[in-house]
Amino acid sequence: MAEEGSAVRAVAGGSTAAKQIEVPIRKAVGPGDDKVHTWPHLVRSEFICAILVTVLLIVWSLLSDAPLEEPANPTKTPNPSKAPWYFLGLQEMLVFFDPWHAGVTLPSFIIVGLMVLPFIDINPKGNGYYCFNDRKYEIMTFFLGFHILWVSLIIIGTFLRGPGWNWFWFWQPWDVHKVEAMTAVNLPYLLGVRNPTLDFFVGAALVIGFFVGGSALMYWWVVHLKGREFMRRWGGVRFGITAFLFLNMWGVVLKMLMRHLFAIKYIWTTPWVNI
Amino acid sequence: MAWEDIKRQITESDVWQSMFRHGYEDTPRNRILMVSGNVWLHLHPSKVRRHAVRMRFTWCMGGITFLMFLVTTVTGVYLMFYYRPTAEYAYADMKYLEFDMPFGMLMRNMHRWAAHAMVIAVWLHMFRVFLTGSYKPPREFNWVVGVILLVLTLLLSFTGYLLPWDQLSIWAVTVGSNMARATPFLGHEGPGHELMGVNPIYDARAFLFGGGEIGPHTLLRFYILHCIFFPLITSLFLAVHFWRIRRDGFSGPPL
Ligand code: HEM
Repeated sequence: MAEEGSAVRAVAGGSTAAKQIEVPIRKAVGPGDDKVHTWPHLVRSEFICAILVTVLLIVWSLLSDAPLEEPANPTKTPNPSKAPWYFLGLQEMLVFFDPWHAGVTLPSFIIVGLMVLPFIDINPKGNGYYCFNDRKYEIMTFFLGFHILWVSLIIIGTFLRGPGWNWFWFWQPWDVHKVEAMTAVNLPYLLGVRNPTLDFFVGAALVIGFFVGGSALMYWWVVHLKGREFMRRWGGVRFGITAFLFLNMWGVVLKMLMRHLFAIKYIWTTPWVNI
Repeated sequence: MAWEDIKRQITESDVWQSMFRHGYEDTPRNRILMVSGNVWLHLHPSKVRRHAVRMRFTWCMGGITFLMFLVTTVTGVYLMFYYRPTAEYAYADMKYLEFDMPFGMLMRNMHRWAAHAMVIAVWLHMFRVFLTGSYKPPREFNWVVGVILLVLTLLLSFTGYLLPWDQLSIWAVTVGSNMARATPFLGHEGPGHELMGVNPIYDARAFLFGGGEIGPHTLLRFYILHCIFFPLITSLFLAVHFWRIRRDGFSGPPL
């Protein structure tokens, strides 16, 4: 059944009718009666908005000065050293993951994940208007990634991390001598595995199990929620990419919780990388 | 009606008529010509759907992001007149700019706060585009262009962070770039680095810094990236972004 104003477009490489998705191709060229002249209606708002924002910016700049500290001194490391605020979410991840993962892999996933978003989301509804009910899961996932992970980690990194990247509440003074016991252990160790070889395999099983089990669960859940027909239209590639990115997102949350609640350091240690 | 009276009194006064010989006739034809005949305004279509004009649809955030880009460009040119990207002068030039240059401090503040505002505005813009589902067909590609613009915005801001050459800037950039050290295969502390034969002065971070540590070479590198390379690339992508908004049509609820 075709949605109103949508057409059926064959997916590249799609064999026959089996692989078709519904894609709205409507452009904003409906009946002219909904339209108004750009001049004056749009230009006027833009002009007023630009003036207001510029005035605000000037007032802000008159009231508060950009910081300038002592001259650069490569031999004197400040404690804490913080990245610019918009990267503090990533710096916060360094607590939980090795630098190659927190600093390179996860940011790549964020960028690639954002870029593939229009291609993995095949819900034709909710195009061009605000509506929660038409696309609950998309919106909740975006909230998890953007608000919960990105924004709250920036807030933590900016306000709650002090010397030694230790946790300080708003009312606690920054004590440079604060020492935190390094009690974190690896998950296999916590589960009673003390043999280093076995540790490797248990860790691998946990990580692979998380992704395989998670994907299976997600598959079941989507089929349960939307039906087989939807899953067929969505296709294996889209499902695979979505599940992988989605599980990575939850993986980050899970690992953060495990560290905060159970002091777990790594899940899987290998001679090359640790996760 | 009072407004109309005041308007007539002004436009019929001798002073006004000495300046403006003939009026602007508010006809549909003229309204369209105002937009299509103006090199700047014709970025817009000459007519738009009613909802697209409303603040509560767009939050004006794409426009504000662009405005912040323009403000940083203008104030940035002013700062460039007084700033020399070398380790011996950079910091002194910042002081000079703050205390001796007319409007130096104001220009610096506006440049910095506009850069921060641009980062916030671009996130809110992305959030708006997500909430209205405007990345859905036929605008998938423009969303991808947008993500590239988001990354460019962050890179613009990050490369500028080093230029004051004070403690805040070099350490923030050190911390922010340490990740490059850990890039798999390409960083000397990343997994698989042995395979590539990279070392502290020959790896991804050294490429970014122009050497093994942050130093004068890094300052020049970031200066060129910040003032020339990223602004140019960003302008190119902005051109594509705006062009595609026109081509794909602005999103809106079904008619
Ligand atoms: C330097 C950064 C950017 C600038 C200056 C910019 C500017 C604009 C402007 C002026 C509009 C017109 C409508 C509006 O104001 O909302 C727009 C629309 C749009 N932007 Fe951006 N943008 C930027 C970054 C982004 C990002 C990060 C994304 C998404 C990831 C994005 C995706 C879009 C899309 C899909 C549209 C079309 C919206 C529609 O049809 O409703 N842009 N952009």
